[in-house]
Amino acid sequence: MTITQVPLVDYLVLGDSPHLIANECTKCGARYFDRRNACASCFATDFKKVTIVNEGIVRSFTIVTFAAPGVPVPFVAAIIDCGGTSVRGNLANVEATPEKVTLGMKVKLTTYSLGADDNGLEAIGFGYEPA
Amino acid sequence: MATDDIYILGIYMTKFGKYPDKDTVDLASEAVIAALADAQVTMKDIGVMAAGCLMGQGGIGQMIQKQVGQTGIPVYNVSNACATGATALRTAIMAIKAGECDMGLAVGVEKLAGVGLLGGGGTPKSKNKEWTPQGRFGSVTNVDGLIGTAAMPGTFAQVGMEYGHKYGGATFELFAKISEKNHAHSTLNPLAAYTKRMSLDEIMNDIMISYPNTRPMCSANCDGAAAAVVVSGAKLKTLSLEQQRRAIKVSASILTSDPYQEACQVLPDVNTLTRIAAKQAYEQAGVSPSDLNLVELHDCFATAELVHYDNLMLCEEGGAVDFFNSGATWRDGSMPVNVSGGLESKGHPIAATGIANIWEVCHHLRGEAGPRQIEGAKVGLAHVIGLGSACGIHILEKSAL
Ligand SMILES: [Zn+2]
Repeated sequence: MTITQVPLVDYLVLGDSPHLIANECTKCGARYFDRRNACASCFATDFKKVTIVNEGIVRSFTIVTFAAPGVPVPFVAAIIDCGGTSVRGNLANVEATPEKVTLGMKVKLTTYSLGADDNGLEAIGFGYEPA
Repeated sequence: MATDDIYILGIYMTKFGKYPDKDTVDLASEAVIAALADAQVTMKDIGVMAAGCLMGQGGIGQMIQKQVGQTGIPVYNVSNACATGATALRTAIMAIKAGECDMGLAVGVEKLAGVGLLGGGGTPKSKNKEWTPQGRFGSVTNVDGLIGTAAMPGTFAQVGMEYGHKYGGATFELFAKISEKNHAHSTLNPLAAYTKRMSLDEIMNDIMISYPNTRPMCSANCDGAAAAVVVSGAKLKTLSLEQQRRAIKVSASILTSDPYQEACQVLPDVNTLTRIAAKQAYEQAGVSPSDLNLVELHDCFATAELVHYDNLMLCEEGGAVDFFNSGATWRDGSMPVNVSGGLESKGHPIAATGIANIWEVCHHLRGEAGPRQIEGAKVGLAHVIGLGSACGIHILEKSAL
């Protein structure tokens, strides 16, 4: 089977039920989305992969209307509390206005295509849409 | 004065603004020469030098020495985001505390006029469009704008909004009112980059950068430098009465980094390290927040000022909104905050900021602040925070003489 899709980041797992995973410290339970040499909280060096729940609430957000060149605006950047694990992501399928986006709103993970590269490989990103 | 105390003997900040005909070494040299004159000493008296220029090439300290005096003393070139100036000052203070010398010099300089948005963005990873996972997140492309924002206005907007989620009441209008205060304060500061009073309407209807921060609610990129001469209490005793009278006691000098917190990997936590630094500073100085006559805190964005009222314990935990609404932080209130105009109007030449805010506090404690003088000021606090993170807090006290 040829791979035709690649996730935007390696902590996004594609397939029938897309979800995020984290590296969890086996000693203290701290979770990291990136590769870590040791745990920033307890200094242990063993990690295991854990699944992050897809549902969460918006703990903070900003509507970005001015960004670095090449970054399309507006977009809603948010911090989502997914069952106790904080996740950074954009809000999707919601109007980027303070009337439509509210603190504490319930959201769930969604995925979208970033298009194919020159080799026909399609990148898939993620965001959170109103639940 | 105790012999092991540390004092600011001389201090100076350039006017913040645009200097198309001056480079960073020119600006830093102006600050150093004037700080030495203010201290009534020369480079010959200085035993250690610490210097910072965050966006510079490195080696700024030696470059400045070549213009102000090469005496062979150790130079520490420091870099600590927006806390670079405070870090330079603290480095000089540590050398004196360690007994290596009795007088030190700290300088910070930056040229940022006309520089746009800080943070975020990034260049495409290859010329050809090819999705190849790279880096610690295995990302196939630059994720700024795809997975939240890495730019400063949005990052600090979320810091303020998070406070609102936790405690309520943090509306767009409230944040704009904080900015209105600082712009009003700036009209009395001839060294501020912008000294125009702005109405609440003007602030709210200006260009939105990252909701809820409009352009005047963001720190102003500009050029500037600041320098300070610090001295041991033992050495100060040997100096003139005039020098002793104008010397400002450094009652606390604290630098912290951010301890691990659950969410700090997705949104920089500017709260915990500030709260820890504040607690340490009050203990070291033996003062409580209610003893402060003025505070210069790091309002890199209006949304940041709100949370630091709480982090610096100027109000009850969770009470920053009510505290601001009470009028306490206006210059005629019970706890004047950013009477210089703050970074939103005075400007934010990054490495200079952590010394310039101390200059502002010293200016009031010396009773030399002219029309913007906070009458009878005896104790003040200066705070900076740089993302990454680093927090510097200094508590300063008027000379007992
Ligand atoms: Zn751990």
